Order: sequence, then C-alpha cells, then structure tokens
Amino acid sequence: MVNFWTVIGISVAFTAFVVICRAYIWPPLINAMRARQERIAQGLENAERAEEALAKSNADAEVLLRDARAEGQRVIEQARAQATMVVEESKDQAREEGERILTAARAEITQEINRARESLRQEVAYLAVVGASRILSSEIDRRKHSAMLENLVREL
Amino acid sequence: MAEKDSTTTPTEYIAHHLTNLTFGKRPDGSWGFANSAEEVAQMGFWSVHVDSLAWAVGLGLVFLLMFWFAARRATAGVPGMFQSAIEAIVEFVDTTTKDIFPHKNPWVAPMGLTILIWVFLMNLMDLVPVDWVPNIFRYWLGIEYMKIVPTTNVSVTLGVAIGVFFIVIYYSFKRKGPGGFLAELAFHPFPKFAAPVNFVLESVTLLAKPVSLALRLFGNLYAGEMIFMLIAILYSAGFALFVLGGVLQIAWALFHILVIVLQAFIFMVLSTVYIAQAYEVPEEDGH
Repeated sequence: MVNFWTVIGISVAFTAFVVICRAYIWPPLINAMRARQERIAQGLENAERAEEALAKSNADAEVLLRDARAEGQRVIEQARAQATMVVEESKDQAREEGERILTAARAEITQEINRARESLRQEVAYLAVVGASRILSSEIDRRKHSAMLENLVREL
Repeated sequence: MAEKDSTTTPTEYIAHHLTNLTFGKRPDGSWGFANSAEEVAQMGFWSVHVDSLAWAVGLGLVFLLMFWFAARRATAGVPGMFQSAIEAIVEFVDTTTKDIFPHKNPWVAPMGLTILIWVFLMNLMDLVPVDWVPNIFRYWLGIEYMKIVPTTNVSVTLGVAIGVFFIVIYYSFKRKGPGGFLAELAFHPFPKFAAPVNFVLESVTLLAKPVSLALRLFGNLYAGEMIFMLIAILYSAGFALFVLGGVLQIAWALFHILVIVLQAFIFMVLSTVYIAQAYEVPEEDGH
C-alpha cells in the first residue's frame, strides 16, 4: 500500500511549501494585519482625543461668548450715558450762549437809544436857538449865550 | 455518472477507481507506468504514485499562489474582498496556533497555515464527482488510471505526517538536547530501573503520533471516497436507484464538506500540539 517515493516526494513538497510560506507569504500578511490593527487603534484614539478637544473648545467658546456679550452690554450702556451727558452739556451751553447774546443785544439797544436821544437833544437845541433868533430878529451871540443854551439842552 | 462500459462489474469499477497511476519497475526489469492493478502490486514499495504526487504538488502550488497573491498586495490600508478572506484565514491560524503553542517560533504558524490549506484543498477534490476527471483522462488523454484526491492515498498522508514528525524530532533535540530527549524516552512512565521497557513504550508513543496523523486523515477521506463510488454505482442500476443515488450524493457531499474542513483543521491542530509537546522541557524532579 505505502510506496516509498510518493512518501518522500510529499515530505519534500511539504517541507518546501512550509519554507516558502514562512519566507514569502506569512510575514507580509501578518505584518500588514498588525500594522492595520495599529493604525485602527491609533485612529480610534485620535478620534477620542479630537472629541475631547472639541468639547473643550466648545466650552471655551461659550465662556468667551458670554464674556463678550457682557462686555458689549457694558459698552453700550456706557455710550448711552455718555451721549445723555453730552446732550445735557450742549443744552446748557446753548442756553448760556443764548442768554449772553441776548444780554449783549439789550445793552446795544440801550446804547443806541441813548445815542439817538443825545443827537435828538442837540438837534432840538439847535432848532430852538434858530427859532428864538428868528423870533427875536436879533443876533444872539452864540458864545455869550452858550451857558443858557446848555441849560436849555439839558432841560430837553 | 457511472462507467459507460456496460460490461464493467461494480467490483471492477471500484477496483479501477482505487488504482493509482503508478510508475515503477516492472517484473521484467523495464521501467514504466503500470497497466493494471496487478502490475501496481508487483511494483510494490519502490514505486511512485504519479497522480497523487502531481495533484498534491499542484494543489500545494495553488495554495502558495493564492496566498502569495494576497501577500504581495498586503498593505495596512483597506483590504479588498479576497484580501479580507485570506487575512481571516491567516488570523484564524495565528490565534489557533498561539493558543496551542505559546512559545515564540516563526515556523509553527506558517506550518499550520500550509497544512490547513493544503490538506483542505487535497480533501476538496473529494467533492468533484468521482468519474469526471478520471473519464477525461481515460477517454481524451488515454491515461487509464487517475486518482485525484491525494489524501485518499496513505502514502500522501504519511508523507505530510513524516514531515511533521521530523519537525517534532528536531525541536525535541533542540530544546532538550540528545540526553534530555533520551531521558524523556527512557525514564517515563516507570522509574529508571525499567528504562528498556520505558524506552519501548515511549518510542511507540512517539511513532504513534505521525502514524495516527496519517491514518486518521487517510481513513476519513478513503471512506468518504468509497461511499461516493458506491453511490456512483447506483446511477447505472435503474431509474429508481438513479434518483436515490442523486439524493444520496447530495446528502453525502453536504456532510463531507464538514469532514474535509474538520480533518484539515485536526491535522493542523495535532501537528501544532506535537510540536508544543516537543518544546516542553520537564521539571528537574520529573512528574
């Protein structure tokens, strides 16, 4: 039943197959599989880390946003207060300016009235002298009667 | 499916299917292929079963090419379908051999893979209907005998088992030294004074390993092939038996799918177990 050269042939073939498998087939396959395993493990770890980082930056962003909002609110309120103050100040200034202008105008008017009154008085004195001289038909010495004329002017 | 030659009796049919294509020295002193079962018997021990050897080597090359193809393109990137299938097998062999053989050795896992796939492919030939390939060879190529299932040949299974046996012997010497190996054979199971008895017992135990490996695989596959042949005979025995034969062939083939995978797996596991035993260094005081 058993025959020698078949047994030897199969033993030799078996040995050759194992050697070839050991040399060219097993190492590349098992190395690729281990490398992939490593890569997958690394990838999962990275994903976990990224998730943690994302959660942390979300929290950070929320804090920042809340601070910014509060800051903005504060700035707006400050601006509003400042604006109110500026408006009030302008109103006061305007009122003062107006009063000043009014006072100046009143003083000028008074001065103008006085001036008009003075020139009117002198005009009347001249007319009175001219009238009196015509009425008296005589020359009145302007120098002799100046004191009297002065008095007249002052009485007007 | 049965013989087209109607004069063939079932006995002749089976005998024909069990005869290997054998090359050897004829009784008249010339070398050549045997032309009959009697000539095969006369060629005896110093001949070669060309069909078994050729199919075995061819299937071994199929294994190597298939896995080499996957190994050549193996990367840590996303694997394709074929790649994934090959890697699943490699992963299975890797974990199985590591469970059984916890030592560091770069040869054991590749050896396990070689045995598993090679023996599986050789067993797989058993599922090819028994007349197809022999008839192609007989009527088209003029080759009278062609057994395509190498593992139904005890010389083939013994050849693989002897390969494993030499690995076992090698590691026994390497791990224990010649003295340690001899001591293991001679000082168990009885005390030292019974060394000759121990030696005989332990040698038988040692030799039983390859023999049991070879005969287990051979027996399972030989029996399976024989049943396929008996079923094939039914096809030429009337309509009712033809139908019965069809049903039986499907049933037996389905069952046999289990057998061929299981036997390949058992061969791998036991080979690994034997090498693991060869690796075990006994404690100083014995046990």
